[in-house]
Parts: sequence; C-alpha cells; structure tokens
Amino acid sequence: MKKFVGTILLLALGVTTFTGCNTTEVGSKTAGESKTETVELLNVSYDPTRELYTQYNETFAKYYQEKTGRSVKVEQSHGGSGKQGRSVIEGIEADIVTLALAYDIDEISKAGLIDENWQSEFKENSAPYTSTIVFLVRKGNPKNIKDWGDLVRSDVEIVTPNPKTSGGARWNYLAAWAWALKQYDNDEVQVREYITKLYKNVVALDSGARGATTSFAENGIGDVLLAWENEAYLSLGEDGGDQFEIVTPSISILAEPPVAIVDANVEVRGTAEIAKDYLEYLYSDEGQEIAARNYYRPRNEEILEKYKDTFADIKLVTIDEVFGGWTNAQATHFADDGVFDQIYVPTN
Amino acid sequence: MNKKSHFVKCLLLFVSLAFVFVMLVLPLAVVLIKCLEEGWVTYRSTITDYYTQKALGLTLTATIIATVLNTIFGLFAAWAITKFNFRFKNALTTIIDLPFAISPIIAGLIFIMTFGRIGFLHPFLQAHHIKIVFATPGIVLATLFVTFPFVAREIIPLMNSQGNEEEEAAAMMGANGFTIFFKVTLPKIKWALIYGIILCAARAMGEFGAVSVVSGSIRGKTNTLPLHVEILYNEFKATEAFGVASILVIMAIVILILRNIIEYRSRRESE
Amino acid sequence: MARWKKTKVIPGFGLSMGVVLLYLSLIVIIPLATVFVKSFDSGLSGFMKAAFSQRVVAGYKVSLLCSFIAASVNSIFGIIISWVLVRYDFPCKRIIDGFIDLPFALPTAVAGISLTTLFAKNGWIGQFLYSIGIQSIHSKFGISMALVFIGIPFVVRTIQPVLEDLDIQYEEAAIMLGADRIQIFFRVIVPEIFPALLTGFALAFARGLGEYGSVIFIAGNQPMKTEIAPLLIMSKLGEYDYSGATAIAIVMLFASFMILLLINILQALFSKFSK
Repeated sequence: MKKFVGTILLLALGVTTFTGCNTTEVGSKTAGESKTETVELLNVSYDPTRELYTQYNETFAKYYQEKTGRSVKVEQSHGGSGKQGRSVIEGIEADIVTLALAYDIDEISKAGLIDENWQSEFKENSAPYTSTIVFLVRKGNPKNIKDWGDLVRSDVEIVTPNPKTSGGARWNYLAAWAWALKQYDNDEVQVREYITKLYKNVVALDSGARGATTSFAENGIGDVLLAWENEAYLSLGEDGGDQFEIVTPSISILAEPPVAIVDANVEVRGTAEIAKDYLEYLYSDEGQEIAARNYYRPRNEEILEKYKDTFADIKLVTIDEVFGGWTNAQATHFADDGVFDQIYVPTN
Repeated sequence: MNKKSHFVKCLLLFVSLAFVFVMLVLPLAVVLIKCLEEGWVTYRSTITDYYTQKALGLTLTATIIATVLNTIFGLFAAWAITKFNFRFKNALTTIIDLPFAISPIIAGLIFIMTFGRIGFLHPFLQAHHIKIVFATPGIVLATLFVTFPFVAREIIPLMNSQGNEEEEAAAMMGANGFTIFFKVTLPKIKWALIYGIILCAARAMGEFGAVSVVSGSIRGKTNTLPLHVEILYNEFKATEAFGVASILVIMAIVILILRNIIEYRSRRESE
Repeated sequence: MARWKKTKVIPGFGLSMGVVLLYLSLIVIIPLATVFVKSFDSGLSGFMKAAFSQRVVAGYKVSLLCSFIAASVNSIFGIIISWVLVRYDFPCKRIIDGFIDLPFALPTAVAGISLTTLFAKNGWIGQFLYSIGIQSIHSKFGISMALVFIGIPFVVRTIQPVLEDLDIQYEEAAIMLGADRIQIFFRVIVPEIFPALLTGFALAFARGLGEYGSVIFIAGNQPMKTEIAPLLIMSKLGEYDYSGATAIAIVMLFASFMILLLINILQALFSKFSK
C-alpha cells in the first residue's frame, strides 16, 4: 500500500513539474514582448532564399520604421520546401510562407491554415519573383551539352535531386517533360520514353538541391547538373567560375516560387496587416532589386532589363498551361505509383 | 614461437590502427581542415556569429536537461531492474533500449504526431498555451528520447554482476532506501555511472535527425548546432558549416578526453 | 517463495518502478502508441500497400543488406581492436581507445558530409578506391562504410569488458596442453566472447537500420538501388502522406524491437551461463 501511495505521489509530482516548466517559459516570453514593443514576424521559407530574405528583412524593417514608426524583427526558418510546408501544418507559428512550390502552400491551405484563394491575393500569382531551370556543365562543356535532347545520350551522366523529396527537382522533371512534349508533338509514349531514358542517365539522386550541387561540384560526379538558375549562379560565384559554366536550354519552365500569409496564425498573433505589408513590399522597386541581385528573376520589366546580362532570354512555359496546375502535376507525376515511380519499376 | 607471436601482434596492431585512422581519424581531420580553408578570420567570425552562439546555447541547454533527467531515470530504472524480480522484466529492459534502435526520423515523428497541430494532445496544449514542438521543450523531448537508454545501459549490467548482498545487509540493519543507495550502491557504480553520463551528453549534443524533425529551425530560436551545420551547408557555405561543426568536434574531443581520464582514475582506484 | 522473500528486503520498489513507468510512458510509450494508431488511418489494406510496395521493400532490402555487411565488418574489426586494446601495450593506446567513442559524439550529419568528402572520386580515400574499380560513394559500398562508422563503438564496447575479464590462465593451460594459436582462439576465446559479440553485432545492426543523417549524403538515393528505408519515410512525409510514412515506421519499429528482444534474451542467457 505504501508503495502504491508513493507511486501516485510521484506521478503527480512529475506531471506538475512537467507542465510547470512549460508554463513559466510561455510566461516569460510574453513579458519580454510587451516590454520592447517590437513586432515579431516569422517567415518560413525554403533553402536557397536565406541571403535574399536576410537582405530583404533589413530593407523592410527600415521601410516599416519610417512608415509607421514601429520596429519589426523578422525571424527566418529555412529548409526543404516540403519539410517547411509540413512544419506549418504541424504547428510552427509562421506568419508568412515563401516556398518553392505552390503545391506546398496548397497543402497548408488544405489543412485549413491558409485561405484557398491565396494565389490571387497578391499580384502575378502571388509569386513576386521567378526562376527557371538551367544546366550547369564542366568548364568548356566537354560533352557538348546544348539542350534537353543531349541529356539522353548514352555518354552523359546527370545529377539531379529526387523529385519525391526535393521541390526543385520537380521543376527539373517538369521542364524536361515540357521540352519533350514540344519535341515529340505531344506524343505521350515518346515523352515517357524520353523521361525514362533521362532518369536512367541520372547517377546521383540526392535528397535535396544542395546535396545534388555538392555531388556535382565538390565530389566531381556527373557531366551535367540540372539546377535552379539562382543556384547555378551561386555555384559559379563560389570560386566555381573557372570550373563550370551555365548552359541555357531552348525551352524551360517558369518556376514561380509563391508567397502567402498564413491566415490562421496571423489572426491569433495579430500580425495580419504587417504580414500583408511585408509581402507587398516584395513587389516594390527595392524588393525587386534585392531579388534580382540574388539571381531571382524580378517581375518588374524595367529591373529585369537592367539585369538582362544575368538572365538569358529563354522560352519559358508555365505549369498551368502545360500541366494544368500543381495539383494535377503532383497527382500524375509524383504521387505514389505516378509516372516518376513507374520509371523505376523494373521491367521484366 | 616468440617470433611468430611478435608478428601476430604487429599485424593486429597495424590492422587496428589502420581501421581507426581511416574510419575515425580521417573524417575528423576533414572537418578541421575544411573549416580553416578560408583562414582564421572567417573561422573566428563563424564561431562568434550571433546565430552560432544562440545555437550553441540551445544545444547546451538541451544536452544538460537531457543528461540530468536521463541520469535520474537511469538510476531509478537500474534500481528497479536489478534489485527486484518481477514479471515482464525482459520486456521492460527491451523498451528502455528501444530508443537505441529507433530511427531518429521516427523518434522525431512520434512527437510531432503527439504534440503537434495534428496530434491528439494539441487542443489541450493550445488551451493551456503550452508550446512543445517547434520550441525548446520539443527539442529537449527529442533529445531525451534518443539518449534515453545510455545511463541505464551502462549501470544495469554492473549492478547485476555485483549482486545484492551488501544492500540486503544494509536493509536488514534498518537503513532506508536512499541511505542504502548513497552509502552502499553509489560508491560501487560511480565510474560506470559517470561513463554513462558522458556518453549520454555526447550523444545529446550531436543529435540531428530527431531534433531536425521537431525543431522547425527558426534561426536564433530553435536552431541547434547540428541543425545550424546543415543549414549553412545547404546555403553554399561549406567553410562556415565545417566551422560550426568544428565546435561540435571540439566538444566531442573534450568529452572523450574526460572519459579517458575517468577510466584511468577508475582503473587506478580498482588496482 | 524464498526468492520472493529475499527480493523484498531492499526498499524502494514502488518508488523506482513508479518513476520508471511514468517516465517511460511520457517519453516513449504514449508517443509510440500515437504512431501506431495513426498508421492505421487508411485501414489495413492502405497499411499493407504503403508498407510493402515494391519500392519500399527494395528499401528494406538495401537497409538490411548494408546494415548486415556493416555489422559483420564491425564484428571482425571489433574483435581485433578490442583484443589489441586489452592485451597489448603501445604508445597512444589511450588516445586510440578514446577515438572509438567518436561516432557517438560526432553529429551524424557532420559524419555524413565528411565521409562523403573522403570517399568521393576526388577524395583522399575515394581516388584510391575508384582507381581499383570500387565505386565508393553513391553505392551500397558507400552506405555500408557510413554504417561501419556509426556501428563500431557498439561492437568494441561490448567485447572489450568481456575480454578484460577473461582469465589468461585458460589460454596458458591450453598452451601447456599443446594447443596452437588458432585452436586457442576458436576453442577458448571465441566461446567466451561469443555472446558479447552477438550483442554487439545486433546493436550495430539495429543502429544501422535506422540511421539517416550520415547515410543520405553518401547514398546517392537511387530508387530500388541505394534508397534506404528511413529516406522513404522522409519521401512519404514530403508528399504529406502521414499514414504512409508511419506505416513504414511501424515495420521498422517492429524490426528494431525484435532485434532488441533477441539481444536481451541473449544477455539473460549469458548472465545465467556465466553464473
């Protein structure tokens, strides 16, 4: 009996300390916030945007201070686009999401955190800057890779991340598909054959875009890396200028990394207005300049013109016109037993 | 015979040293060489960076809490398992060991599924304004989970092999549980306990997979050192990433040296 | 009856059992149970489909095979290293001894990055391996290497204490009786360290099955070839497919549990044996 009482007492003690330490933490946090009167925003973004948003956050804080006299501190979180989208669904208190794919924001919206019409909330499909897919090859282009057609030659080794785990990799896949559709006059059988051949040439299917870049650039794997335009420029910048060069294919896809306000969270945190300001300011001249400097294609024509040496003129197709939107593309190509999975089913 | 045995000794020594060098020393050397590739100035600015310091703070907090709680738990578990006979003892020891063998990804996932917005405890936590995942408590929980068995595992076999005679004698003489533990048991298991604590701390500060799932990597808030390494690496900052990694390596080396000193002292004491 | 009485002498059963069960349920059992419930969200057929599709099964095979290879390699080197550490004296012995615990302390992501750098085609070890025709990264070889790194302390640290306790007199007696070196090793030493070796093997094996951080960098992640089971969980999560992810998790959990149960039974047998 004594043992039993002891056990119960201990259970109670454990529970109280457990919850106790948590409540004190929350308490101290709110106290700290009210003292300084700085508004805190959390921007949950994907991997290659850290530089972009570090610069942008500073500029925005200055602008906001001048406009309203209030100071704002924007916290950043970066990771794979899908993982970041999941974090929001699982409860991270993001005010804003700036991800790689509209699909990831659609999923958050399905979970009931973002209004379903989020894509029309801001200009240009809620994508203030764009990018595209290019080839990064070794200096001098020894395998003479000019366009998508060269990728399926038997002597070419390709590095691209896994479309199942990496958002960027899905753009790569769809860009190749879009080229093949045009090349083979929408003949689905031939397009599939092309894609299958292409992925047979893939020697490393890393789980994220950065891993693929490392495999190609630092570990010397493969002849060509399919990469985001901004990533390709970054690897050129990082003392790769004399090792690699960028090849722009005849056709590629218009990647539109979208932004959105997490409605359910801003409502609780009372940050709806400032979150809106934050995203709208991305479309301002200052915001567009920062995007262009970080190798994202600005929407503003004048600023794009100013940086035209960086951004080659490629014929860009959109996911809506070729694939009927992300939800469709995801279901046909990347879901379980979708086209991408079928490529890897052994044929015997 | 003697010559032959000398040859065998040399061969075995060579094999061991080669293995340790290739598999353990070289990976460490890579980290240290890469982090100094761009010189001391970059290295200094990397490790004194605000976000690196914050990450270091969080890693230390999680490590200390996890080590203390798991030590207390380990002692109680060892006491229950070695001093008494009960049914399902094997099952209990297996459950204690389970976190050893569970993929860190799964370890993180279970906390998200329990405490996250999609978990069944979420309405309760929300109502009481308790934040667990994507905040410090979640990171501590994930660290607790993966380092859970370390202390218990170190001391249980020892306490088993030492038997219970002395404790029983003390109990007969009327000593209470805590007196028996502190006066009789603790001195006997001191070194194994410290070794367990050290292993637990080492594993806690290096944990990556489980923490990565529950952290949300908010810079300066929920970013631990291992996560910071990954983020820097993903941002084309290999040198900085290895720089931050070197902090962890140095911490690991300090811990290993501590371990060695302890083992040395315990041997000297027992001799 | 007598045993029951004896165990009751020492106080603290209620308290210690209470703490253990409370802590276990908060940290381990409740969260694990949640995952179990979640994995059956889409029914039994959904579970079977997610957990045993062709690609996932290929993933289990890669994980099992590479963990098995790594644990075997570790067993061989583990015996040699523990032998050297216990029986021989040489300079820097304590430093070498300390290095064995390094994989515990080095974050797996860091280990993954530096192992990949080492074993890549232009890496220090990789250029040698590639020149003799071994593809040392983006292959099962590479995965096994990462798992060897992760698993070595488990084997060494379980064999070492047993070897230390091993009475050298047995070997001396065997020599007197005219046994040669190989006979001594297989007849005298192996039977003594066998249970510990098995335990170490199983621990390294179980750890290898679940390892993620250090493997994904070196694996290349080609479906059906070098894609490990934990990566498939991440892949499912990337598709926001929670029940699919947990289904694979459950299969792996079950495997881990069985391996550990085996270890504990072995250890129980062993401790009875030695008494």
